[in-house]
Amino acid sequence: MQDETLTPAARPIRSRLASLRRHPLALPAALTVLVAVTPLFLASSYHYRIAALVLIFALACLGLNLLMGYAGQISLGHAGFMGIGAYAVAIGPAHLGLPSWLSLLAGAALSALVAFIVGRPILRLKRHYLAVATLGFGLLIAIVLTNEAEFTGGPDGMAVERMQLFGWTAKGTVTWYWISAITFLLGAKLALNLIDSPTGRALRAIHDGEVAASVLGVDVARKKLAAFVLAAVYASVAGSYLALFNGHITPDVAGFLRSIELVAMVVLGGMGSILGSLVGTAVLVVLPQTLTVLHDYEHMVLGLIIICIMIFLREGIVPTLAAALGARRS
Amino acid sequence: MAENLQFAFSGLTVGTVYALVALGFTLIYNASDVINFAQGEFVMLGGMTTVFLAMAGLPLPLAALAAIASTVVVGLALHRLAIEPARTANPIVLIMITIGASIFLRGLAQVVFDKRFHTLPPIFGSEPIRIGGAAILPQSLVVLAGAVVIVVLLWAFVDRTLFGKALIATSANRLAARLVGIDTRQIVGFSFAVSAAIGAAAGILITPITLTSFDVGTLLALKGFAAAMLGGIGSALGAVVGGLLLGLLEAFAAGYLSSQYKDAVAFLVILAVLFAMPQGLFGKTRVERV
Amino acid sequence: MIVLSTDRLSISFGALRAVDRVSLEVEEGLVFSIIGPNGAGKTTLFNVISGLYVADEGRVLIAGEDVTALPPDKLARRGLSRTFQNLQIFFRMTALENVMVGCHRHEATGLIADLLHLPAVLQQNRRSRERAMAALARVGLASMADQPAGGMSYGALKRLEIARALASEPRLLLLDEPAAGCNAVETEEIKAIIRALAADGVTVVLVEHDMRLVMNVSDCIHVLADGHTLAEGAAAEVRNNPAVIEAYLGVHGTREAALAVG
Repeated sequence: MQDETLTPAARPIRSRLASLRRHPLALPAALTVLVAVTPLFLASSYHYRIAALVLIFALACLGLNLLMGYAGQISLGHAGFMGIGAYAVAIGPAHLGLPSWLSLLAGAALSALVAFIVGRPILRLKRHYLAVATLGFGLLIAIVLTNEAEFTGGPDGMAVERMQLFGWTAKGTVTWYWISAITFLLGAKLALNLIDSPTGRALRAIHDGEVAASVLGVDVARKKLAAFVLAAVYASVAGSYLALFNGHITPDVAGFLRSIELVAMVVLGGMGSILGSLVGTAVLVVLPQTLTVLHDYEHMVLGLIIICIMIFLREGIVPTLAAALGARRS
Repeated sequence: MAENLQFAFSGLTVGTVYALVALGFTLIYNASDVINFAQGEFVMLGGMTTVFLAMAGLPLPLAALAAIASTVVVGLALHRLAIEPARTANPIVLIMITIGASIFLRGLAQVVFDKRFHTLPPIFGSEPIRIGGAAILPQSLVVLAGAVVIVVLLWAFVDRTLFGKALIATSANRLAARLVGIDTRQIVGFSFAVSAAIGAAAGILITPITLTSFDVGTLLALKGFAAAMLGGIGSALGAVVGGLLLGLLEAFAAGYLSSQYKDAVAFLVILAVLFAMPQGLFGKTRVERV
Repeated sequence: MIVLSTDRLSISFGALRAVDRVSLEVEEGLVFSIIGPNGAGKTTLFNVISGLYVADEGRVLIAGEDVTALPPDKLARRGLSRTFQNLQIFFRMTALENVMVGCHRHEATGLIADLLHLPAVLQQNRRSRERAMAALARVGLASMADQPAGGMSYGALKRLEIARALASEPRLLLLDEPAAGCNAVETEEIKAIIRALAADGVTVVLVEHDMRLVMNVSDCIHVLADGHTLAEGAAAEVRNNPAVIEAYLGVHGTREAALAVG
């Protein structure tokens, strides 16, 4: 805006920086550098473990963010799909003799199918009614996982076999850091691709105005369903990773609190921000770990922090800070 | 027959609490469009505060009144300190704030009270009354009667006082209400206070039957929210009917199918109702204006 | 050729019959205006024609084909596009992106291709961008392409909506009060755009309160009052129709107007 105030020499550098930031590969490159450099700061297996968990949950949030931040549809039952993915890699090898990687794919396919079937009627609902319907759906999955103890081990959960690929066993926090990092980057790139495509534009249009989108030829129900199915697949893969990483799984993975946590991660980081999915997740995974030193005061402080972030950074951490930075630069 | 009567009574007792929680959701939603997920914590605070004040030697009725009063203060503080500063934010942000508040209040209860289960002595003892072969706890009747009193008081208040009319005006059109001189901020604050009082009262009434602890709020908020949506958000009648229906569904599903799947049955019915009636049982259908 | 026709189209909201047995026929390539006092049912008629409301009775035909009760997106694919009286802009997108959504009906890539950014998608993005830029240029907004729509002026947004509708390359364009709230200069711009569209062979159906604009651009004017048809004809005929004057001014007003003129 106020480029006039700059020296002539500074102007081209400024505009080149700006265009660099807008380059389609800028964010993927930045994310790649970020996950590649992070291990330099990870001092112990425990740190690697936390970092891997951040990336796994961030993967689930990428999908949920496509649904919430882009298509504008809420899901309070999204952990249900994490549950399907998690139990697929637990039950597949244990009861059906399938290798883990195939179970993971089967879980993702099953999640997509379930999302496709329940999505159509559920997504006809709006706002709070959509919230309660997705909440109910997530609860149903958690209830089934808790009560079909013969297959799932009931409330105590079940052990998950380590994943093997060509004789190599995926175990250890460092290995899982890299597996989740690469998958997260892949997931982020796919999400960015989608946003810059006809489907992505249609989804963003639906968010701002369903009526206008539909008169322009957007099949609103179908696009919402596509976002829902996609979000389910992201969550399912994240759920599978979580189970394979931990080596044990309980129905809590699909529970109501997990669903709320996923939504909180997306909203905190910033709806409609891919980087926000990572930041929001990092905050909500790392914070409780750090707050354990406060013992009994842990929950009070966590609640206060959530309230404060939402009051003072109400567009979410990343969009609010980006806007503040942008305002200062121009 | 006796069995059905038994299920109906236990369903109505639990359903009454759901209805009161749903009513709390409805009041705040009507005044402000906020879905307050800390509503369950009001119920918890009512029960827990009464328990601890009674343990400290306060007579029960006094303890109950003090508990309601302190929960009202919490409700007002929630509005003033957390909702009001963000009132122009996106609805999902406001929901996140109430979720943050619910985590905070749960943590607070953990510190101020403890992590154990507590109960209160039932007002008329615990000798079951036999009606048509079914055994009913006297406290169940107290819960039902208490709820009736609360609903009647609320109705009279909304219907008969100027403040009540201002509340209705605010829920119908906030901007217009402000233009005719209604202090909508005060109305919203007031709705938080009343919702807190209703929640606390529900918590005190039900504690002798279901026990209470610092974390009972989450499940109650979830059920109350579901009940409010089943009835149709914004409708007080819907909240009451939705709550009772949800309680009955759970009781009969637990009785005839299995107690593990009672929540599943309840939510399947809710999903079915919403698919057929996307605005809930008593919700308003509106034509989208463009 | 008749591009759009309605046959005794009716819709009620409760006891109010908002549109009451309205029949009209729109010739290809003409500017067809629908006028009437506030509450006459003009926008409701638009909403029924564009598939947002479902008619209680009657039919809508596009190019002779019965399209009654088809959803809006299906109608868009048959070449119908529209703008809105109270703006329906995608405020979180840039001007260019808004208009690119208008290209949606011509975009044919699938979800998987979109996720993988296959070459077809990149090509499609390029084509849509070019088409959208052309549409923006047509309404004089090319220089604002990268601005967030949320920060644009009212008059610019009015034109942005037209550009967005144009990007779908409609054969039939419904404009709902395009000049409402615009100043004299902006109204002139809208008039020029409508003229240019008609010259390009796009059939325009216009709802508008600015009578000078209507009388100026319309080939045919259809007058509604209380949901039903009052008159139809060329500008001069409608202007002098006593029933129309009465509907606008009321009996009393008509008498005064006659006195003032006489």
